[in-house]
Amino acid sequence: MKMMKYLAMAAAALLFAGGPGRAEMLQIKGSDTLINLVQRLSEAYMQKNPGQKIAVTGGGSGTGIAALVNGKCDIANASRLMKKNEVAQAGAAGIDPVQVVVAVDGLSLIVNANNGVDGLTMDQIGKIYRGEVKNWSQVGGRDMPITLYGRQSNSGTYDFMMEVVLKGDYSPKMNQMNGNAQIVAAIKNDPSGIGYVGVSYVKDASGIKVLKVAQNVNAVYASPLNIDEVNSGVYPVSRPLNQYLSADASQAVRDFIAFELSPEGQRIVEEEGFFALPQAYKDYNKKSGF
Amino acid sequence: MHKHKIKEKVIYCFFLFNGLVVILALIGIFILLLKNALPAFKDIKVGEFLFSANWNPTSYYKEVYGILAMVVSTFIVTLGALVIAVPLGIGTAAYLSDVASPRVREIAKPVVEMLAGIPSVVIGFLGIVLVGPMVAKLTGAYNGLNALNGSVLLAVMALPTIISLSEDALVSVPKSFHEASLALGANRWQTLIFVRIPAASSGILAACMLGMGRAIGETMTVLMATGNAPAMPESFTDSIRTMTATIAIELGEVAYNTTHYYALFVIGLVLFIITFIINMVADIVLENYKKKTSY
Repeated sequence: MKMMKYLAMAAAALLFAGGPGRAEMLQIKGSDTLINLVQRLSEAYMQKNPGQKIAVTGGGSGTGIAALVNGKCDIANASRLMKKNEVAQAGAAGIDPVQVVVAVDGLSLIVNANNGVDGLTMDQIGKIYRGEVKNWSQVGGRDMPITLYGRQSNSGTYDFMMEVVLKGDYSPKMNQMNGNAQIVAAIKNDPSGIGYVGVSYVKDASGIKVLKVAQNVNAVYASPLNIDEVNSGVYPVSRPLNQYLSADASQAVRDFIAFELSPEGQRIVEEEGFFALPQAYKDYNKKSGF
Repeated sequence: MHKHKIKEKVIYCFFLFNGLVVILALIGIFILLLKNALPAFKDIKVGEFLFSANWNPTSYYKEVYGILAMVVSTFIVTLGALVIAVPLGIGTAAYLSDVASPRVREIAKPVVEMLAGIPSVVIGFLGIVLVGPMVAKLTGAYNGLNALNGSVLLAVMALPTIISLSEDALVSVPKSFHEASLALGANRWQTLIFVRIPAASSGILAACMLGMGRAIGETMTVLMATGNAPAMPESFTDSIRTMTATIAIELGEVAYNTTHYYALFVIGLVLFIITFIINMVADIVLENYKKKTSY
């Protein structure tokens, strides 16, 4: 009998200990491109605010947005915008999503360090990934078949490339990798490979080459590593990295986002290899209340 | 006396319930799969689903659902695994049962069985960093994320099943067979090849089929090591995307109760039916074998 009493007490204690702790824990989920950055930001934030616990997980932009819609996370990391059907699903679930831009990415096209090609036009990249150009000799390289590396369909980067660069379907021969780091590792080992990753994944990587990209044959070949070319839009595949939150999000969620957008947060953005927000995006965020 | 009977009845029901739980779980899973799979065919033609090689639910133009390429991919990678694992597995089993000293067998058999305990994600990792680059070098391909890489890894995962069950089958061949063969003047090698292995053949066949079932259902390893290109494979050095990998990749982000969601359940159903048939055939073969060898 006594035993039972103790057990009941222990169970009750566990329940109460678990209850409020869970409510305080901020859940952030989504983009694989953003995960390292947001993890660093949350660590810095937790150091300043010891009471706050933040959990950051990946899974891809689509997964993060689905979790936000299903009420399973507080903030969704997304390297793309929400799709129409996702906004509709959020509405049906009673969630009004608010977009905040936290950093700028120069999406980087990478090849093996031994590849002779240094730059490509948007048109050439589209043709390569649609499977219309199959050999490096067709774009000024050696006679060698092109091996495509890309992301899986739950990735926002996958969608961004498809919508902005390909404007068509990926070649079914593309290897679909699990994350940015896997693509970098694969390109390092594959002399015939081409891949696309967030710029923060190429800054310290060895064995790969970051291609310069031009809007068309007459335009400047620009590098995603050059902040001026990214911010001025000369680099054609730069994109905002977003977070989505619910319009009725708690103050704790808003405080964390405010920290990300503060000068301190933006310095971490740059240390991680992405680009701090230009004025245009800062103004954009102001409209969302940040 | 009366009390005794009730107690007996309770114990009987308890064990009956335990036995039924497994069967109910199986039936439950089947019904759940069926219920979530069937709505897919409101929007997809059955013929197109089964015989089209194009699978692209997130297409820029129009989503297409055809599972032929991934079914072929699953079978290619499994076939490759069996080509490697079956000779190796039977050889190891024959060694353990007929050649190895009891001491070696005592050490080697648990080691083989421990191989089955390695998590598939670890095997997949080995596929990326070790086996993949080796496969690339051997085949002269630019990279090793292909069906061959997956086959080698799945062979390693199917080996414990094949070795362990084949060895059991060989050991349970009646001693009189062995003695009769030797008495007729055959040496140990001839006895093994022409008497013992044929006598254990249905047990060995069942072992191989169970190993095959293991390989077909494996997800993490192939997801990590085969590149996941959804195109129809033309050779073993092509990157492939299996049925299991497709479900694992797409189920995380799919919107509930959409055609895409239901279509993923159809893949699950097809996979369930395939492994069910394989396991059932293995079971029947094994059952026949037991009857045949109980002299």
